[in-house]
Amino acid sequence: MFGVFCYKHSMAVIKVENISKNFGALKAVDDLSFEVEAGQVFGFLGQNGSGKSTTIRMLLSLIHPSSGNIELFGKSIQKNRASILEKVGAIIERPDLYPYLSATEHLQLFAKVRKQKVAAISITKTLEQVGLSNRSQDKVQTFSLGMKQRLGIAIALVHNPSLIILDEPTNGLDPQGIADIRALIQHLAKEEGKTVFVSSHLLSEIEQVAHQILIIHQGKKMVEGVTKELLDPEKRIVQIKTMDDVKALSIIVAGGFSQYLLSRKEGIFLKLPTSAISMLNESLVQSGIAVLGIETKNSLEDYFLQITSNA
Amino acid sequence: MWSLIQIELYKIFRRPRTYIAFGAVAVLIVVIQFGLKIDGDTYAGFLMKDINDTLTVDGKVLNGYLICYILLQLLLVHVPLLVALIAADMISGEANLGTLRLLFSSPYSRTHWVLAKFIAASMYTILLLIWLAFLALFVSMWIFGTDDLFLMKSNYVVLIEQSDVLWRYVGAFVFASFSLLTVTSLGFLMSSLSSNSIGPIVGTMSAIVFFTILSTLNIPLFNVVKPYLFTTHMNNWKEFFDIKVNLDNEAIRGSILNIPKIKTSIIVLTLHIILFVTASVIIIKKKDILS
Repeated sequence: MFGVFCYKHSMAVIKVENISKNFGALKAVDDLSFEVEAGQVFGFLGQNGSGKSTTIRMLLSLIHPSSGNIELFGKSIQKNRASILEKVGAIIERPDLYPYLSATEHLQLFAKVRKQKVAAISITKTLEQVGLSNRSQDKVQTFSLGMKQRLGIAIALVHNPSLIILDEPTNGLDPQGIADIRALIQHLAKEEGKTVFVSSHLLSEIEQVAHQILIIHQGKKMVEGVTKELLDPEKRIVQIKTMDDVKALSIIVAGGFSQYLLSRKEGIFLKLPTSAISMLNESLVQSGIAVLGIETKNSLEDYFLQITSNA
Repeated sequence: MWSLIQIELYKIFRRPRTYIAFGAVAVLIVVIQFGLKIDGDTYAGFLMKDINDTLTVDGKVLNGYLICYILLQLLLVHVPLLVALIAADMISGEANLGTLRLLFSSPYSRTHWVLAKFIAASMYTILLLIWLAFLALFVSMWIFGTDDLFLMKSNYVVLIEQSDVLWRYVGAFVFASFSLLTVTSLGFLMSSLSSNSIGPIVGTMSAIVFFTILSTLNIPLFNVVKPYLFTTHMNNWKEFFDIKVNLDNEAIRGSILNIPKIKTSIIVLTLHIILFVTASVIIIKKKDILS
């Protein structure tokens, strides 16, 4: 809890307010808001096509939001793009690179792209960090997908950014590679004080490294919370099915259960202590709500799978 | 900005595809030079057959200057297609590769990137032109020697003293650089509209072919738009080789027959370059990078 207390009082490195993005009739991101505190590893979860990459591209000013505001380091990305992006390192989706350049040449080139003069020793160190030092002079066209992924992460790190945005960083990696990247993310946050925003479609990948988790589905925020609390085995994830969800929600709020509310978008989901389940049921029934069922989920994984499989 | 131009030039010249155009130009020129060296007299005889009865020409007709003129006539039609290979790939190629998002999420603005890419592509184009000039002019001068330049126009002949030729080639190559930069900017515009390499390359080539046909067709309907088409002006480098004559029908050394035509062409081509590059910047600035 001490860690959570610290984050609540530190500066928001990322502040997203009600952003939406429409591609014609498709609403890729729908009224999304969240904050990422400094020094945090923030897990951004969602199925493929849920709006993760669109959100990340908006953070990096690659996509213009249809509405809403984005602030990085306390400044609007639209108005302070250059000064903000100097402090950001990112990989976005698949790690496509220049096939005719070597790993070292990539890092030299992208350090320059980020307006930084990086010493050869730093490039060697960055390649060591991602486990590519033995292939530093090889052309990327000879690299496997996993090696390209590692190089993509090295490119994100080469200019020593304060904020690192990693979109599906473990794609294409073998189990050892996944473990290495997980350790690297933890190292960056704990030892170097970086803020890491990492997206994935796998909860199991995120839950081990992230302090905070946000689950997005069909462009909408479904759940946001501190990982430890969301994964707390003492609390159960419960789905309440009623005849009148709107009225049920007002009873939940009035009855002091709102702190346990996870989501109200794809049904009413709460994460609450086992002892509180019967209390909630009782208060709903006493208020005249026809409760059709109370379904408990074993884990956040079950819940994640359920909301994302409703697509 | 210079830093971005350096990055773009580095990428261009590290890419094997870049050298295709240089190789193609070299092969074409060497093959033509070889053919003319072996069987040049027959070719010269064929050129002169209509005037042999009325005119006696002393000296070496098939000299380096004439060879260069022949090569430019042949190649300045095809070189734009080679330029399109690189220019039309500058943005779309990176979008296709997935590296555009890495560049556009850097501290530099998209306008800076687009301009740096255009300048780098232009430098490539100029280098290709210099390569062409070196092979077509200087190598031809070395192989075939120099003499007065004797040109057969449609209904008259032009004879330019050899000491009055070289500066005309300098002018012609400078003019050709405007023509090729127009193609570069057109390729660039096409490149900004697409996320794959093939479409813009084919699009640029098709646009050149289409507008060239419009420029050459003598149909009254098209005559209205012809002066505004870049393809109408691209071949006006030849104007440097049309010379004024005095009352005795003698060539006036150092003169050009139609300077206003050259000026107009350069203005039209420059306006096209500005239009295409500006449009590219606007398109890229507004574009969502989804690739």
